[in-house]
Amino acid sequence: MAEQKSQYSGLLGWVDERMPTLMSEYKKHLSEYYAPKNFNIWYIFGGLAITVLVIQIVTGIFLVMNYKPDANLAFASVEYIMRDVPGGWFIRYMHSTGASAFFVVVYLHMFRGLMYGSYRKPRELVWIFGCLIFLMLMGEAFFGYLLPWGQMSYWGAQVIVNLFGAIPLIGPDLAVFIRGDYVIGDATLNRFFAFHVIAIPLVLLGLVVAHILALHDVGSNNPDGVEIKKHKDSAGRPLDGIPFHPYYTVHDIFWTAIFLMLFFAVVFFAPEMGGYFLEWNNFIPADPLTTPNHIAPVWYFTPFYSILRATTEQFMIWLAVGTIGMAALIILSIRNAMARGAVAVGTIVLLLGFFTLDPKFWGVVLMGVSVMIFFGLPWFDQSPARSMRYRPGWHFWLLIAWVVAFLWLGYLGTQPPTPAGTLISQVLTLVYFGFFALMPWWSRMGTFKPVPDRITFVAH
Amino acid sequence: MSTSTSLPSGQAPVPASVDKERRNALIVTCAVGGVGVAAVAAPFLASLAPSERAKAAGAPVEVDVSSIAAGDKLVVEWRGLPVWILRRTPEMLQSIKQVDGEVADPKSLRTQYPTPEYARNEYRSIKPEFLIAVGVCTHLGCSPTGPVAAGASAALGNDPGFVCPCHGSTFDLAGRVFKNKPAPDNLPVPPHKYLSDTVVLIGDDSKA
Repeated sequence: MAEQKSQYSGLLGWVDERMPTLMSEYKKHLSEYYAPKNFNIWYIFGGLAITVLVIQIVTGIFLVMNYKPDANLAFASVEYIMRDVPGGWFIRYMHSTGASAFFVVVYLHMFRGLMYGSYRKPRELVWIFGCLIFLMLMGEAFFGYLLPWGQMSYWGAQVIVNLFGAIPLIGPDLAVFIRGDYVIGDATLNRFFAFHVIAIPLVLLGLVVAHILALHDVGSNNPDGVEIKKHKDSAGRPLDGIPFHPYYTVHDIFWTAIFLMLFFAVVFFAPEMGGYFLEWNNFIPADPLTTPNHIAPVWYFTPFYSILRATTEQFMIWLAVGTIGMAALIILSIRNAMARGAVAVGTIVLLLGFFTLDPKFWGVVLMGVSVMIFFGLPWFDQSPARSMRYRPGWHFWLLIAWVVAFLWLGYLGTQPPTPAGTLISQVLTLVYFGFFALMPWWSRMGTFKPVPDRITFVAH
Repeated sequence: MSTSTSLPSGQAPVPASVDKERRNALIVTCAVGGVGVAAVAAPFLASLAPSERAKAAGAPVEVDVSSIAAGDKLVVEWRGLPVWILRRTPEMLQSIKQVDGEVADPKSLRTQYPTPEYARNEYRSIKPEFLIAVGVCTHLGCSPTGPVAAGASAALGNDPGFVCPCHGSTFDLAGRVFKNKPAPDNLPVPPHKYLSDTVVLIGDDSKA
């Protein structure tokens, strides 16, 4: 390759002549990545998620220097970090608070996507990578939670691993295979450690890169849900776009500072957050012979956990009615006779399964579906307008109803099971799934407001 | 290689037709490579299964039951599992008879966790006085609490029994699960036999 004279001078010029990728990527992703100028506060959470990811990786590396992944030593090594390692308590509280902060930030980031239709064409892959990140994050949190080897670590892992045991035929063997033993033990702790510190973080980092690359290829959505690439200046720059750096880097740094104030307020003054970030029972070493009187997952898993608990024998009847209703709706909405037949056959098979396999298995299925259903959003949503700003007002309130169901399920999941709580969570489970399942129909209904050609923006 | 270097960069040479022989060689190479990858993956997957040490850790446990007070429960560890030995009072045994209609599988006929022949009776035990059961809920593996006295737990109501703290399954004093609870099966009865009148061997029920 012929030598090229760089436009830069000095050290940067020297590097640029040898590795032009550095500056071309800097331009592509920062100084010449044009983001819509109407971003509001909902657009800070992606950057914050990266901040938290960095916090988790750095604190994690330092925790591993003193932590011992051994069933006999793990609990004591965490207490050693807390009491004897200089600054150990600070590093660990940052890591434990970071876990919850990660989910706070990611849930808000996802809500932003729901509100402004950020998953709609052509951003389906951005959304799918994001959903995969969410799945990996759940795995990371679950594997990490076993490591302190407290009572909640132990029994939480016991319950979740046994979920796999509910799968017909292969279940019990699969559960043994995951644990590496017939009970949760040293082998389980060691492999969860391996997943937590290396396997999942590697995948997570790869997915974050894919998420950002896919985003930068299609460009960011914005609160108006209109494409800024439709109107460009003579140099091909979107008229309504501003370079990510310095505009949004400064914006993000400002909000990162605010976020860190809140974050460290928790680290210093409420690291246990009333038992929600660090559960009381986890200050007791794991005891395979006694289950604590009340066990619940950490708050960020509780909405899904509530759905699991809601699936009782009686709920199967509700579920069957809901499935028949869904099938009828689909059959009425499509014309292809083959497809209609397939839906009918699928429904019958499903209904047979509902009443032959244990409700326990269906609880596991519903819990899995409640997470995986997010993947389908780009195809469920058929609304002519992306952003809630230009959709009928009741669409927004429907979204809020779903959020309330999600939060309420989350609250119920932290509470001991009661008959009333189970009944409420069954209703909320139907709301949760109904929102997604009926979206292809309701998202077309109502009176839409005219979508502007360009973004709405008032300079400060 | 020689053809592609003469082309302007960024443009792939357009082949006149696919060279069948090379294409087949490519497919065979990939297939053989795939078999190699699978062969390498096998020992990695196998390493996740329980080790020989974990398999060997299931030695039977000998327990002297004479020191258990009536109405008390002793917990011993067998294969890492909590095994309960409950010494039942006559009132406790009476309570089991009363709930025959309220439990899901009164005769222990389900086969997911098969109840040994010698325990497939009203009290699910060799001797009515001693219940020997694995104290692990058949729902998702938590260890129920109890014995809870009648009326002491909202979940159990007026029957005595065991309550699982995780998802609220309840069991009677023979370890039989009550109807319409998350747990599908009765508490498992481990293989066991009496070596003498007061010593029981848990984990082994061979006749010899």
